[in-house]
Amino acid sequence: MSALLTGRVHRFGDEVNTDVILPGRYLALRKPEELGKHCLEGLDPDFIHRVRPGDILAVGRNFGCGSSREHAVIALKAAGVAGIVAVSAARIFFRNAVNLGLPVLLCAEAAASLREGEEASIDLDAMAIAQGGRDWTAAPLGAEVRAILAAGGLVPRVRQALGAAA
Amino acid sequence: MSGRSITEKILAAHAVEGRAVPGSIVTVRPDVVLLNDVSGPLAFEQFDAMGAERPFDPARIVLVADHFAPAPDVTAAGAIAMTRDFARRHGIAHFYEPGRGGIEHTLLAELGMVGHGSIVFGADSHTCTAGAFNALGIGFGSTDLAGALALGKLWMRVPDSIRVELHGAPGAYVTGKDVILELIRRIGSDGAADAALEFGGPGIAALGMDERMAVANMAVEAGADCCVFEGDAQSLADMQRRGMAPVEAVMPDADAAYRAVIRIDLCALAPMVARPPSPASGVAVGTLRGQRVDQVYVGNCSNGTMTDLRQVAAILRGRQVAPGVRMVVVPATQKIWRQAMAEGLLEVISAAGAAISTPTCGACFGGHMGILAAGETAIATTNRNYRGRMGHPDSQVFLSNAWVAAAAAVAGEICPPDEVMAMEVAA
Ligand code: SF4
Repeated sequence: MSALLTGRVHRFGDEVNTDVILPGRYLALRKPEELGKHCLEGLDPDFIHRVRPGDILAVGRNFGCGSSREHAVIALKAAGVAGIVAVSAARIFFRNAVNLGLPVLLCAEAAASLREGEEASIDLDAMAIAQGGRDWTAAPLGAEVRAILAAGGLVPRVRQALGAAA
Repeated sequence: MSGRSITEKILAAHAVEGRAVPGSIVTVRPDVVLLNDVSGPLAFEQFDAMGAERPFDPARIVLVADHFAPAPDVTAAGAIAMTRDFARRHGIAHFYEPGRGGIEHTLLAELGMVGHGSIVFGADSHTCTAGAFNALGIGFGSTDLAGALALGKLWMRVPDSIRVELHGAPGAYVTGKDVILELIRRIGSDGAADAALEFGGPGIAALGMDERMAVANMAVEAGADCCVFEGDAQSLADMQRRGMAPVEAVMPDADAAYRAVIRIDLCALAPMVARPPSPASGVAVGTLRGQRVDQVYVGNCSNGTMTDLRQVAAILRGRQVAPGVRMVVVPATQKIWRQAMAEGLLEVISAAGAAISTPTCGACFGGHMGILAAGETAIATTNRNYRGRMGHPDSQVFLSNAWVAAAAAVAGEICPPDEVMAMEVAA
């Protein structure tokens, strides 16, 4: 995961739950390219035609609440979403995103201010979000979360842990 | 220093660090790890990608085919096959599929693996159901649980605790479901974010274990990390019934620190219905009188128990499901299904014109076995009514207890259960 992301912003409201991000009927699928086709289908079937690789979501409260399905994160990533700026995110979704290397930045002001369709950037090292000359700083990440992101996700991190134990 | 909540005590007893202060990060060793046919296959792939060779302790892993079981199509059959293979490859005896299992959270309660002070890590958000047993059930995604399978532990932030004090006894047709719908209505769908909900007070005695499961099940709909009931004579007897050695309940210190203390008077509660599209939008059933329904669904990990089936049968005995309405009843586990048969409940329910399914998650999450078409409305005893949860994005779901759902089946519209019970019964 690179430390600098740039993409156009797509705005969504509060409580965008995992049922609308990836509807249950697709849960038997596992391949990213299959899941990506249905990303946010339950809320906005047109999203998949507008999103381009590298784009950023600006969302409200409790993003990703509901089911623990990691398929939601896989679908967002496969659709091209590279980062999420949220007022708040549900615990399990936040962990899933970190574990799969999809950064979720918590910053209520930025989430409220980012303009639809315009380009924005995220600097993960500085936790800085910028768009059109304005910028914001997101809440810092905990040490454990930073360690997982630095390792490139939970899979490489556990690989390291298992290697160390052997 | 202030005293400790139940959550702090249970986490501290399982933490590598030996303590668990709210807000701190601890590494927790669970007693049981639970995965299903949706979260499992992703986890097994990640487990292999981690280079793990064997899971930490096969005897403490429970794998359940419930979401897409019995398999509706080839893709789902493949996911169940992967789950079965993982069990076989690693000598995991606790693998359950149709005919022997049921919905994972209700099934786990039957297995005698979770009691006072236990911790369950589940790759499912409703793992919090274990809170009914004076245990902590904590939900995670698949990659986290792949890590737990490999290492036998996971990091987590110790939640704050919110105390919910129950007082009094509920009136007729008011159940655990109404307690939790009322709580979520009050605090909102993220009102317990980063917190554990702890239920105690004299009123818990009025809730049987099935009803406590219904309460704990929906803690996640309030955004809680987990949920836990105080233990009592009922939870102790329940452990013994399931063949577990009796262990003392974990109780909070009198001076434990809480983020908030919420009081609910059970005697003041009415049967509740949560309107779509949020479990937080509950209102008293009477408010929605006359709301037409196309489908009535009784089942799921919150309300597919014997308690619920007895309520359904009490309403349906001598009555019929209204014309133009279809009713689907799904006992949560095989054991419940068989007991309902032995008690004659299935005869009453099917004679009323309801379909009875084998245990499955099925339509609860819009998977199969009862999906809604565009424009249709359901009332369900499930836990989520998000947009499109049970099918088409333009369908809607009202959430209620089993009394209210069964009453709606007879009336063809939402109606207070006492009014349906007052209707004449066929001889
Ligand atoms: S019954 Fe529904 S809520 Fe419960 S585990 Fe199955 S899909 Fe999830």
